[in-house]
Amino acid sequence: MKVITEKINYNLLREVEEVSGQKVSACFQCGKCSGGCPVVWSMDVLPHQVLRYAQLGLVDELLHSKTLWICASCQTCDSRCPRNVDIPKVIEALRLIILRNKGGNYLHPNDLPARVRENAPQQGLVSAFRKYAK
Amino acid sequence: MKRIGVFICWCGSNIAATVDIDRVIAAAQKMSGVVYADQNKYTCSEIGQAMIKDAIKEYRLDRVVIGSCSPRMHENTFRKTVESAGLNPYYLEIANIREQCSWVHKDKEAGTAKAISLIRTAVAKAAMNEALFAAEMPITRRALVIGGGIAGIQAALDIADTGFEVDLVEREPSIGGRMAQLDKTFPTLDCSACILTPKMVDVAQHEKIKLITYAEVDKVEGYLGNFTVTIRSKARSVDLQKCIGCGECIAKCPSKVASEFEEGLVQRRAIYTPFPQAVPNKPAIDRAHCRFFTAGKCKVCQKVCPADAIDYEMADRLLTNQYGAIVVATGFDTHKLNNYGEYAYGKHPDVLTSLEFERLLNASGPTGGKILRPSDGKEPKTVAFIQCVGSRDKAKGNPYCAKICCMYTAKHAILLSEKVPGSKAFVFYIDVRTAGKDYEEFYTRAYEECGASYIKGNVSKVFPDGDKLLVRSVDVLSGALVELSVDMVVLAASVDARADAKELAQKLAVTVNAHKFFTEAHPKLRPVDTQTAGIFLAGMCQGPKDIPETVAQASAAAVKVAAIFSKQSLLGNPTVAEVEPKLCSGDLSCMAVCPYGAISEQVVEERRGREMVPRKIAQVNAALCQGCGACTVACRPGAINLKGFTNQQILAEVDAICL
Amino acid sequence: MPVTNEGFEPLIVAFCCNWCSYAGADLAGVSRMSYSSNVRIIRVPCSSRVNPSFIIRAFQRGADGVLVAGCHPGDCHYHSGNFFTRRRLTVLKQMMEYLGIEPERFQVRWISGSEGAKFAMVMNSVAEEIKRLGPNRKLRDVR
Repeated sequence: MKVITEKINYNLLREVEEVSGQKVSACFQCGKCSGGCPVVWSMDVLPHQVLRYAQLGLVDELLHSKTLWICASCQTCDSRCPRNVDIPKVIEALRLIILRNKGGNYLHPNDLPARVRENAPQQGLVSAFRKYAK
Repeated sequence: MKRIGVFICWCGSNIAATVDIDRVIAAAQKMSGVVYADQNKYTCSEIGQAMIKDAIKEYRLDRVVIGSCSPRMHENTFRKTVESAGLNPYYLEIANIREQCSWVHKDKEAGTAKAISLIRTAVAKAAMNEALFAAEMPITRRALVIGGGIAGIQAALDIADTGFEVDLVEREPSIGGRMAQLDKTFPTLDCSACILTPKMVDVAQHEKIKLITYAEVDKVEGYLGNFTVTIRSKARSVDLQKCIGCGECIAKCPSKVASEFEEGLVQRRAIYTPFPQAVPNKPAIDRAHCRFFTAGKCKVCQKVCPADAIDYEMADRLLTNQYGAIVVATGFDTHKLNNYGEYAYGKHPDVLTSLEFERLLNASGPTGGKILRPSDGKEPKTVAFIQCVGSRDKAKGNPYCAKICCMYTAKHAILLSEKVPGSKAFVFYIDVRTAGKDYEEFYTRAYEECGASYIKGNVSKVFPDGDKLLVRSVDVLSGALVELSVDMVVLAASVDARADAKELAQKLAVTVNAHKFFTEAHPKLRPVDTQTAGIFLAGMCQGPKDIPETVAQASAAAVKVAAIFSKQSLLGNPTVAEVEPKLCSGDLSCMAVCPYGAISEQVVEERRGREMVPRKIAQVNAALCQGCGACTVACRPGAINLKGFTNQQILAEVDAICL
Repeated sequence: MPVTNEGFEPLIVAFCCNWCSYAGADLAGVSRMSYSSNVRIIRVPCSSRVNPSFIIRAFQRGADGVLVAGCHPGDCHYHSGNFFTRRRLTVLKQMMEYLGIEPERFQVRWISGSEGAKFAMVMNSVAEEIKRLGPNRKLRDVR
């Protein structure tokens, strides 16, 4: 990865801060969140790196990470954070940004077999279109 | 009519950027009584001051208004300027157009309007300024030093060496403080006791120093040059005159309690000296744990004492003394780790604080200087040092940096490698801060020569795992997860202000910051003074600092004290209360509210008709009055006024603001 | 019809004790914390120097709000001054309310020399409240 001007997206960062109510710049990268995370072994971007990427304005990178969907929101990180950054809320904000984003659905309704289309719960289907739209 | 001169300072761009100086000058020239108004880039500079002096002479000014920084910054400077031009220094008035105007308002229009209003207010007040003259006051040339750690010891020695008397008050039975607990000191690794104990002995032997141990400050009254301090000398139950320090009593005492000096790693007796090199090396009875005082019988110490020095009847004594200046050097507490359950402190014996580890390193400590695990007495081969425990933690600890931990942990890592061959130190850090002479080199030595492994990552949890401790963290730099099995964990606990710092501050009428560290008068230019004249700070009680800084500050405080004592007399504060006898009704409401007892009753003879009748009125002792003005409001007939802040002046200010 | 006070810039007189609140105001300046420019500070040695008559005079001369700020109770530079302030101004406040003056117009706050941020915050909130109340008409001199 390379940090280049074109990749830096402070507007998206501002949106993350607004939606989460968290101050991403408060993090000083001590790593206590990642050290204690119970599901960290399966993450591609570690919790402290989520905040680091966000600080750098590389929010797009985060929107494509598996971590967002692995975080269990167990709040272990948040309860130990010396800087009062609620990381689950930041991750939740990133998830929301994806889900709110219109278009670019992961699944297209027409690609679904007719049988599934009829019987599957509609809410679940819509969620699936959005959720996997990473 | 007064001839007022107005001088507006640009303060470079500090004021000029948000205040339109030309418009302020134009407005000032129209104000009543103003005969001259001018500006200067830096009024406090020599050129700026010369301009004021010249203008005073040329335009025969008799009142001066300066629009500049806060009067708390340069009032004295400008008073001297005005005085040197032949005016009374109290003819000066300062309008604070920097701190309270240009620095806090961004809009130039609003800033200019406010600056004009502030100048108008100052002009209105200045027109009523009267000449004031300070009274001379005598000085008590004896200093009080509160706290007998390295800061207090250094301050006391330095003051005493200038030839003035010093009383050194220490709460514990011995002086020495935190430094006495340490083993080696960074960055030179010289032994703490070897450099401290000679100073402790010097204090005890110095003819100008009176040592008052096992005592606390109870009450402080008075002011610079003339403090009256009541010291509570706690009942030691041992007569220091008779005691020969043989230690028989300690050996035979049956009650045991965790030793504070050894950080609870071992027990001491109820009659004890905190440590072997104590000064005075004579014991005290800890009444809360003494069998005689708690259960009513024992008296073993009395039986074995060859000098008949034990006195169970001894009571607290109150000593009241006069002092001219006070140095506060009360030190610090280590941060309590109750909020850090994840580190297993208190749950596993091999999780220690740094100060406990320090005692293990110390040759006179519980292990004789061997690093041994409290659990099984074995040497730890791997030790995890966790930094910033309670520091830089705004969530549940102290938001500030404790300053000393990076360096003492480097020291611990170095000493571990020396004392336990083949051992390995892992230091978990957030940032390593080594600003200080030879500090960076010392830190480098820890990882280059002594094999310490520095891992950037705060430990998230310590799991007791059989006789090992599992430390979970992440290496922030590589993104690798860290899971290390170690023999011992050492926590760099943060430093707190003393738990009772606030109470002492209230007694001294000095201020503390949000974390209860005493506040200096100016963070850069008056780091040793407090806001209360005659009271100075030394060491950790003012904020985290290491030994060299503490000693430097203590010596600085000593010089400040000596500077006061070397004056013939002190000039008092001339802004004191004054009674107008004609108006005084003699009901003496003022006397009741005066915190300094400066108001007393006097009887004057007054002519009534043909005869002289005596009448009771109030009178102010200008030497005692500190100028708070509480009396002026209590006075119903309005007979008492505060010079420099008269009713008329303040009302003129109100009127000018509301114009 | 709701009363709007758009464009109304109130005039607020703040009496600040030299040792705490004035120092707090200076600290707000040193820290460049901007606050409402409607506030004018009068420096007094101690909040206990503030005679209730000064406050009434300010209202008479057209101030829209008055603030008295001192050290926190117990921290007075003169040991006990702000205890007197607290009692005296409690009485005054009750009297003002009896006269029909909105309680927000006259406030007493404790701000220490290390509370620059609090100083700025208090100034803003007081200015905001008084802006909402509109101009002081009740005590103003008829001139």
